[in-house]
Amino acid sequence: MKRFDYVRPANVTEAVAAAARPGAVYLAAGTNLLDLMKGNISRPDRLVDFTHLEGLDAIERLADGSVRIGALVSNADLAHDADFARSYPAVAEALLSGASAQLRNVATVGGNLLQRTRCAYFYDTASRCNKREAGTGCDAREGENRTHAVFGWSESCIATNPSDFCVPLLALDAIVEIEGRNGRREIALEALHRLPGDTPERDTALEPGDLIVAVRLPPAARGFAGHARYLKVRERTSYAFAVVSAAAALRIDNGRIAEARLALGGVAAKPWRARAAEDVLKGVAPTADAFQEAAWRALTDAKPSGDNAFKIELARRIVVRALTLAAAGTPARLPALPASPFASTSGAIHA
Amino acid sequence: MPELNLTSAPAHLRHGSNVGQPLTRRDGVLKVTGQATYAADNHPPGMLFAVIAVAGIAHGRVTSLDVAAAKRHPGVVDVMTPDHKPQLAIDPEIKTNPFVFRMEVLQSNEVRYANQPIAVVIADTLEAATEGAVLLAPRYETLPALVGLDAGASFVPPVVGVGNPTENHRGDVEAGLASAEKQIDATYETPPQYHNAMEPHAIVAHWDGDNLQIDMPTQGLMLSLARVAELFGIAHDKIHIRSPFLGGGFGSKGLMAGPPVLGVMAAKLVGKPVKLVLRREQMYGPVGHRAPTRQRLRLGADGEGRLTALDHHARTVSSTFDDFYEPAADASHTLYAAPAIRTSHDAVRVNTGTPLFMRAPGEATGSIALESAIDEMAWACGMDPLAFRLKNYAEVEPVSGKPFSSKALRACYDQGAARIGWAKRPLQPRQMRDDAGLLVGWGMGTATFPALMFQAEARAAIRRDGSGVMEIGAHDMGQGAWTALAQIAADAVGLDIDRVTFKAGTSDLPDAGIAGGSAHTATAGAAIHSAGAAVIAKLADLATGDERSPLFGAGNAGVIARDGRLLRRDDESRGESYAEILARAGVAEVEARGTGAPNPAAMEEYAMHAHGAVFAEVKVDPELGQVRVSRMVGAFAAGRIVNPRMVQSQLFGGMIWGMSFALHEEAITDRRSGRIMNANLGEYHIPVNADVPPLDVITVEEHDPHVNALGIKGVGEIGITGSAGAVANAVWHATGVRVRKFPIRIEELLTQR
Ligand SMILES: Cc1cc2nc3c(=O)[nH]c(=O)nc-3n(C[C@H](O)[C@H](O)[C@H](O)COP(=O)(O)OP(=O)(O)OC[C@H]3O[C@@H](n4cnc5c(N)ncnc54)[C@H](O)[C@@H]3O)c2cc1C
Ligand code: SF4
Repeated sequence: MKRFDYVRPANVTEAVAAAARPGAVYLAAGTNLLDLMKGNISRPDRLVDFTHLEGLDAIERLADGSVRIGALVSNADLAHDADFARSYPAVAEALLSGASAQLRNVATVGGNLLQRTRCAYFYDTASRCNKREAGTGCDAREGENRTHAVFGWSESCIATNPSDFCVPLLALDAIVEIEGRNGRREIALEALHRLPGDTPERDTALEPGDLIVAVRLPPAARGFAGHARYLKVRERTSYAFAVVSAAAALRIDNGRIAEARLALGGVAAKPWRARAAEDVLKGVAPTADAFQEAAWRALTDAKPSGDNAFKIELARRIVVRALTLAAAGTPARLPALPASPFASTSGAIHA
Repeated sequence: MPELNLTSAPAHLRHGSNVGQPLTRRDGVLKVTGQATYAADNHPPGMLFAVIAVAGIAHGRVTSLDVAAAKRHPGVVDVMTPDHKPQLAIDPEIKTNPFVFRMEVLQSNEVRYANQPIAVVIADTLEAATEGAVLLAPRYETLPALVGLDAGASFVPPVVGVGNPTENHRGDVEAGLASAEKQIDATYETPPQYHNAMEPHAIVAHWDGDNLQIDMPTQGLMLSLARVAELFGIAHDKIHIRSPFLGGGFGSKGLMAGPPVLGVMAAKLVGKPVKLVLRREQMYGPVGHRAPTRQRLRLGADGEGRLTALDHHARTVSSTFDDFYEPAADASHTLYAAPAIRTSHDAVRVNTGTPLFMRAPGEATGSIALESAIDEMAWACGMDPLAFRLKNYAEVEPVSGKPFSSKALRACYDQGAARIGWAKRPLQPRQMRDDAGLLVGWGMGTATFPALMFQAEARAAIRRDGSGVMEIGAHDMGQGAWTALAQIAADAVGLDIDRVTFKAGTSDLPDAGIAGGSAHTATAGAAIHSAGAAVIAKLADLATGDERSPLFGAGNAGVIARDGRLLRRDDESRGESYAEILARAGVAEVEARGTGAPNPAAMEEYAMHAHGAVFAEVKVDPELGQVRVSRMVGAFAAGRIVNPRMVQSQLFGGMIWGMSFALHEEAITDRRSGRIMNANLGEYHIPVNADVPPLDVITVEEHDPHVNALGIKGVGEIGITGSAGAVANAVWHATGVRVRKFPIRIEELLTQR
């Protein structure tokens, strides 16, 4: 491995200063970063380990009804927080459908948000990749790309964002709190990840030194607790990234959808909000026809980037199913196989 | 030695007190407590770390390596390249015997496949060596890579597998097809797959003058030793290989591959012990794999559902520089009684590491295609798939006409079908749903694997204290050889298993042959059995010839060895302990050797195969296409079961692998570069626990007097066969969609709503 400096700043301000230097990166649990370093995909000069800093690992209920999740809360702790899971069931379900129990036990909220793409060419240093090395080309474009993007891609990059967690967070209008060189600021999660355009090397809107300190779900997010699901189609029952996933959340009043939230995963360089579909659902009864219509709307602008046209049809079906499941109501207990099409199969005993 | 016949059951030995018992692994505690020493756990003093740099291209030449940059990196000791390496005693391109495969050990700057070793960096630490390998920043002259089953002109290889004829036929296939009432003509594809043993290939090599100490996982101690000896020009007795435990091999650790040879070269270059461990992605190249296939099956059947012809053609690939051809079509030789059978192969050459044996080589690939085609034909005939298979049950081996040494396949079908409840299966597909609305399908496949025997030798001794010793250079790859062979050893010397010191896993012991072909227990077991018989015979001689012994004069009646005592066969109340016999004779121990080998006469007369029937239930989401296996039942007849617990685990493992074959495994190869794009266990999918349903294994009683002295057929590989097809057929039965390209992908099942 490349030699690097390892620093443990005393506080957030020091951390930001240390990480703002060229070649520096934050180290959270390292489940993504260290793999990238061992594979020679990332070659940082310095790791800024901030995992010991105080105040970043709490789940706080704020007075206004929002929840604030510290960047260092582990994926598992968040998903298994009973109150959190009750209030934001689709988020818990998404978290538990990701990676493996071992990984979830250490992986952090901040790290999950900032995990890099799983594009095979990005990981393969012998291949050309604009994201890994700006301007070298994109070997995925004409390559083995059946799992690549169908939304928002460019000729420079057709990669997807692999996070499950981000999908329901986006649907619920999550806000990201950032500590940077110029102090604290917040941005909508929707504005965190970037589409590739001509600069796929930049995954996010973060500036050097920016530390995600927390993620917040606004008060309205709780309103969907009764009708919120995450659904993830994958190539084995567990421990696989989504081929396509969807988070659906409904607020149902008097048999009509007062408000719908819908986001897709595995389809673009960022979690993908389907606002057009949300709009058609507003005020209508939660019927199969309405969900079909929403699915068509959600995928109107989708375009294959390679051998992946099937993802568009699959996404439509997932949208219909996720909405149907959400309309049926959040189950009292999180399914044993979270987010799986097999979630309701009797006899499922583990994920 | 009166009345002792070492090749068939010796009269004085009785298997059963140890053999047949479901003992738990004798090495289990060592393993779960981390005390089992795998190769890479060895750290001789002064050891350095070697890391290989591998080619980023699949075809071409390395034009430069920045050796200076690598050497400047702190901790790097040396960089081995084609220009700077110890000389080998022979050219590794020379194939000195059919079990020698060409390897890349820095003999030139040519690149023949992606991930080929092109240099080795040796350093004080693993990290420094790893970075040194990066700093080499190789440059290449790149030539177009040959990729895939249509990469170039096809040719008919001289042989497939290990010396099997490329083509085989019996009867007139074309006539059989022409006369058929129903015909199936279907083409199936299977992808390249990699062994992916949990333990990566590793070596710790230590030269001490002329002596070479090697720690390395191997399924073939003596083959490896012989290869090292010839490559380095040293005598066999100068080399000592330890391989007490393997974290799986599946065929990829059977023969000496390039990377461990590089480890030995590196140790020689720097004059210090060196450890070289492959990274996971480096296992996708130099250590073998299962070649992809495209198989065309043409079947004909008459109005009653009787096969009239079976034509199985397999296209496969080999490397550009060596020959191994997946004998996929040979799977059609033994199972179904078509009067006309033809099997044939052709191949193209691609830029890949040479494909090799991978658990059920040929049988697994061939089985999924054959069992799918049989299922398709049963449907075409409007018949239940089991009824169709029974109708075409082979009473003699179809392709040779030989009788089977034993074949309890009918019982397998019966017991397996009863267990899963096959009688309730609707003939039509897409008929069953579960409570949640998921499609449910049931499929089956017939399993088969040849009962092979290789050559082995063992040494047995009885010691003064009445305890026993059994020595054989056998291999425990995780399958349980430490336990199963020790059970055979204990019975062979008439002692409780705890009274026998069982030694295995090092090259200074008698040659146990290769642990492959599902033949290790049979082969090593036969050697152990005859060594035990021979040593007991010597002991018996001491007693029966000594008038002070209660056994004096029992030579004609014979003796029985049991619980550390020899007893008169005609009067079991008369006997004495081994210790007493040796004490009186005044000898410290008696020892003897025994061998195990195939019996050519029996092989001439009989077809020898294990059989089985696998039944699978799958659930498929009707809209989303995701598949999950929900039940599997496998009934297998494989001769004598030495340890039911180990056997069950082997069969479980095989069945899971079969399911993996149908639904998960595929090395995704970039069609332009020839690089494998998912060379890691995150993306090269194998089933995880959540994919593995309740598995039910039935071992069907089978006595085979012909296969070998112990009646063992082997269970290591058969579990994959049948299972892969059963799962694929169940997917069809659930959905009505026949997928012929494996693994079955979600997109294939999105066709229907
Ligand atoms: C085999 C495997 C399977 C997986 N499967 C899934 C899956 O199915 N679904 C899924 O969603 N994920 C999956 N993951 C990804 C996993 O969720 C991420 O690796 C994990 O969430 C990253 O968290 P971490 O704390 O380890 O981050 P790290 O690896 O430490 O960091 C990741 C990145 O984020 C940066 N970073 C971390 N925290 C902060 C912060 N607070 N502020 C600014 N920058 C920060 C780091 O600099 C780094 O660039 C899988 C991972 C593996 C290895
Ligand atoms: S799709 Fe993006 S990440 Fe993948 S190779 Fe192209 S540029 Fe790199």
